[in-house]
Amino acid sequence: MITAIAPPRENYLTHEYGIKSWLLTQDHKRIALLYLGAISFFFFLGGIFATIIRLELLTPPGDLVSSQTYNKLFSLHGIIMIFLFMIPSIPATLGNFLVPMMIGCKDLAFPKINLLSWYIFMAGGALILYAMLRGGVDTGWTFYVPFSTSYANTYVILTAVGIFIAGFSSILTGLNFIVTIHRMRAPGLTWFRLPLFIWSMYATSVIQVLGTPVIAVTLLLVAVERGFHIGIFDPALGGDPVLFQHLFWFYSHPAVYIMVLPGMGVISELVSVYSRKRVFGYKFVAFSSVAIAVLGFLVWGHHMFVSSQSVYASLIFSFLSFMVAVPSAIKVFNWTATLYKGSISYDTPMLYAFGFIGLFTIGGLTGTFLATLGFDVHVTDTYFVVAHFHYIMVGGTMMAYLGGLHYWWPKITGRMYHEGWAKLSALVVFLGFNLTFFPQFIMGYLGMPRRYHAYPPEFQVYHVLSTAGASVLAVGYLIPAIYFIWAMRYGQPAPDNPWGATGLEWQTSSPPPPENFEITPVVTQEAYDYSILEEMTVG
Amino acid sequence: MSEHIVTKKQYAHVFVILLILTLTTSWAAYFDLGKLNVVVALVIATIKASLVVLFFMHVYWQTKLTKLVVVSGVAWLALLLWLTLTDIVSRGWLPFPGK
Repeated sequence: MITAIAPPRENYLTHEYGIKSWLLTQDHKRIALLYLGAISFFFFLGGIFATIIRLELLTPPGDLVSSQTYNKLFSLHGIIMIFLFMIPSIPATLGNFLVPMMIGCKDLAFPKINLLSWYIFMAGGALILYAMLRGGVDTGWTFYVPFSTSYANTYVILTAVGIFIAGFSSILTGLNFIVTIHRMRAPGLTWFRLPLFIWSMYATSVIQVLGTPVIAVTLLLVAVERGFHIGIFDPALGGDPVLFQHLFWFYSHPAVYIMVLPGMGVISELVSVYSRKRVFGYKFVAFSSVAIAVLGFLVWGHHMFVSSQSVYASLIFSFLSFMVAVPSAIKVFNWTATLYKGSISYDTPMLYAFGFIGLFTIGGLTGTFLATLGFDVHVTDTYFVVAHFHYIMVGGTMMAYLGGLHYWWPKITGRMYHEGWAKLSALVVFLGFNLTFFPQFIMGYLGMPRRYHAYPPEFQVYHVLSTAGASVLAVGYLIPAIYFIWAMRYGQPAPDNPWGATGLEWQTSSPPPPENFEITPVVTQEAYDYSILEEMTVG
Repeated sequence: MSEHIVTKKQYAHVFVILLILTLTTSWAAYFDLGKLNVVVALVIATIKASLVVLFFMHVYWQTKLTKLVVVSGVAWLALLLWLTLTDIVSRGWLPFPGK
């Protein structure tokens, strides 16, 4: 159902002008756009590092960059993509924009803290960039000790402090969302009427608040040991290096869920609207988000099977890791069941949703391979692991992010993008992604180690395929960048509800007014109630 | 919800208790209690931290939801310690180096 285009109304983009109005804004929608600009820049930067890495790996000898430079390249690629792009990607942009709108309120609970979190994020990002310009860091994004504390002669402390600071932004955003979702829902919007995106954001926020302080403390301990030689992790100083890995992965494994849970929320929205059906097993999908958030905290030891962690602990972590597959599978099965007998349309966001479901399934299933003790020992630190987590992060989260960005773009900007180009780019991204990362499963299984810039010639064919795929993928990412920018100025004006969706955010104008809703909405129906639409069609 | 006003007297009481506990920590350090050294220090530190959270941070007078958030934080810390200890305690149970 497409509603008529209303006469121009004042919206959040036009009610104030000038740089100051943006830099001092407390409007969650504008802050979302500030984040969008910042993380797009970091994504571009991380992409440049990935491009050089793939170019280096085109040939077996390390001939493009030195070993030391290569170490810095993959470290910065990981640090920037994880801490400055993936973690804030959906929560800070789509989450910031949509959480108040989806629950029918005017803003987040703490608008000033919301703006503060963006400044903190930028300060952390700036520090990491400064460390990069000074010479970078070569520890990998994992900062494993004792290399990071005793041997690396790069800018470890500076980078760690940058991540430490950026972490506070994550905590504040999470805190803001939790309070907002608890306290500011529109009248009638009970917990089980909430859109599943909100459930996902809630679960993500819980992880952010409970997990992020641990990585902050851990990186601080690295800085303390490196700066003052206080023995915490270095065995030479009386410390325990495996303790670092426990502390690091206690946050960093749940961080995977900080990255992918919001993506799952987006997919629930997309699958429902483009199938014209309520999400199958709504409560199961909602609670599976909470289950993932909790179980995600119990599985970190599967990163440490070869670290000299006790075999008994490994057994426990292996078992718990298999358990987290259950709520993930519930989501995938329920999305698929939602499609059954749905009135499916193949608009661009839905293409990304299909991409997510397929690629996340491969990423998730290979995750269970890695949770298996015997198999993990064989493929630890190989490209199999690299392929696995890129299937989750890029194949999963990135697809969801792009799907979500396309879906809500008309609401955010008030303009439609070019559907033909968008469909083409979705296809290019899917093909490019698989060409990049599927060969990495094979070469990893065959023994190609990660983080090496020179390799035996028998692996070249896989690396050439992977680099070719990365080139295709880069084109796939550039096309949306171009048509999105084009659409902001020249796109067709968007109707208030171009997809005929049921969420509250579609009941206000595109772009929304500064206060989101002219009248506070009252909710009387469950989420995704397309029966009215069905009745209209039948009638 | 109106903010609970804590009197200066209440603050002073908690402050004195914290001072006493600090002195107890120092005093206990003069005795070698073997394995209990760490346990005693941690128990006193936990009591002190609880007093700060409950009274200086006003959690004692807050809603159940706020208390739940605080308890969750402690529970998550326990989770971190517990699963880390499954490794540290069971290392060396197998007669192989590093296992």
